[in-house]
Amino acid sequence: MEIGSNFLNIGYLDSLSYRASPVHRIDPRIKTIVTIVYVVTVVSFPRYEVSGLLPFFIYPVFLISVGNIPPGFVLRKLLLVSPFVVMVGMFNPIFDRTPMLELYGVEISGGWVSFTSILLKFVLTISTALLLIATTSFTGICEGLGRMGVPQVFVVQLLFLYRYLFVLVEEALRMVRARDARSSGKRGKGVRVFIHLVGVLLVRTIQRAERIYAAMLSRGYTGRMPLRRTHRIGMKELIFLSSWILLFLVMRRYNLSLYLGILLGQDGMR
Amino acid sequence: MHMADALLSPTVGGAFWAATGATTAYAARRLRKDINEKLVPLMGVLGAFVFAAQMINFTIPGTGSSGHIGGGMLLAILLGPHAAFLVIASVLTVQSLFFADGGLLALGSNIWNLGFYPAYIVYPLIYRSIVRDNPTARRVAIGAILSVVVALQLGAFSVVLQTRLSGISELPFRSFLLLMLPVHLVIGLAEGVITAGVVNYLRSIQPELLSSRPSSGRSLRKVIIAVSVMAVITGGLLSWFASVNPDGLEWSIQRIYGEPEIQSKENPVTEKLQAIQEKTAILPDYSLPSEGSEETDSGEAWPNPDPGTSISGLVGGFMVLLVVVIFGLGLRRLSGNGNRE
Repeated sequence: MEIGSNFLNIGYLDSLSYRASPVHRIDPRIKTIVTIVYVVTVVSFPRYEVSGLLPFFIYPVFLISVGNIPPGFVLRKLLLVSPFVVMVGMFNPIFDRTPMLELYGVEISGGWVSFTSILLKFVLTISTALLLIATTSFTGICEGLGRMGVPQVFVVQLLFLYRYLFVLVEEALRMVRARDARSSGKRGKGVRVFIHLVGVLLVRTIQRAERIYAAMLSRGYTGRMPLRRTHRIGMKELIFLSSWILLFLVMRRYNLSLYLGILLGQDGMR
Repeated sequence: MHMADALLSPTVGGAFWAATGATTAYAARRLRKDINEKLVPLMGVLGAFVFAAQMINFTIPGTGSSGHIGGGMLLAILLGPHAAFLVIASVLTVQSLFFADGGLLALGSNIWNLGFYPAYIVYPLIYRSIVRDNPTARRVAIGAILSVVVALQLGAFSVVLQTRLSGISELPFRSFLLLMLPVHLVIGLAEGVITAGVVNYLRSIQPELLSSRPSSGRSLRKVIIAVSVMAVITGGLLSWFASVNPDGLEWSIQRIYGEPEIQSKENPVTEKLQAIQEKTAILPDYSLPSEGSEETDSGEAWPNPDPGTSISGLVGGFMVLLVVVIFGLGLRRLSGNGNRE
């Protein structure tokens, strides 16, 4: 039932996004832009970079602390989606065996360094994307996207999908429960029954869409979807935007870890 | 299979974002032109349906494991290319935000891999030309199975190509391809059988849903054929380079992006050469401002990860992490006391 719990996580993330905190109150557009700049900056590091990436933990940690998000939840989600990256990354130590640095007698190959770099990038980018949605309501993000020029059809599509996600998932889970109750042991869980279940769900979905359309028409739908504007860009937003982007650029240009290490007397410079 | 941020370079991620953005705008415009308002709620609910269908699992015959469906081709068959592309894009957007599948930079590539191929290549070229205007059970079955298989193969190939072009993973092009394609052939066959079954089920109880298909213009078809022929040629060329000469792909990447794959770790001589090459490249400042700074870096001593600097980097990095954690705990305490900012 790991998929079912995955669904429960959406509901939990949704509830997190309605908490009240200084980060939750920032305009979604600003948070989206800062997140994108962050992700591109992190990914732009060369593939053997490790220490330069570490200062970038500051942004997710900031969001977790100020947004009052439970860090364990973010870590669990990260673990859940890590297999693909770990699988592909694992080949780096196998193919790249050129020795790169020696740590107290232990030689470390370039492959391990780049694998570490991939894992760090993975943790940083994915946790930040999760934290964006944990500190911003989905409707807020859609509203922001619409005001940033994303086509209306697509914004409406996202809103509709989200609105009916919970309804349809619950319907599907009811069907699964009914099937499982009737199929003692393995019988009934095969492909044939599955196809029929999906087919029935599809027909019900299409019929639901027709009812929704009738309901929309009776409420005066004319083809446009009005969106309530709940946020605006003020001084706070501008400061948030400019200071974070400035910090990202500084951290990209100067390896803060290295400077701190040298400051602490670990001067390994030849 | 979802592409991930950590395996992408900003250039490749950005390029696929641009392609996806353009396709989204095109699809939206096409939909607005011949809008059927009934389609708006249908598209939305079908997006939610994909998630709901993924909640239903089934046991794969012979194995104990269970599978579920992706649904891209099913959407294309039900909605036609433009609407299907938008629905797939919305599904992947929600997945990237809530399930953390892939990440935000990789979202462009993921929409391209899982949305563009089924909706704009496979649906018009394979499914429509097999099923035509009389969807008999056999035609639907053959058409659906074949298109799902081809769409997934294209998507998997695209993942490999994006990974290779990004140059973050060391996995050789051919081995990665040999790893991905057979796996996705199996997945494709399973999903194809299911898709065929669902479409035929729908055909048997509500045949009018399948006949009211949005008409695809002739001109569009020509454009698609031209684009796909180009894609096949490019793809074939690239894999030919990869197979004839292991450095061929890297050579072509360097030609296309003006950027050597490996940025550091070389000895000073090759580094100088690289610096010169970067200056003389066809597109010297193609990159994002944040990456541009790295070019100037290569002259300095700091970023070269030779042993000495790396150890100070590690020690310093550890200290930075410590500082970050303390900073976070402090902030949490502050906001816990009701103190704002």
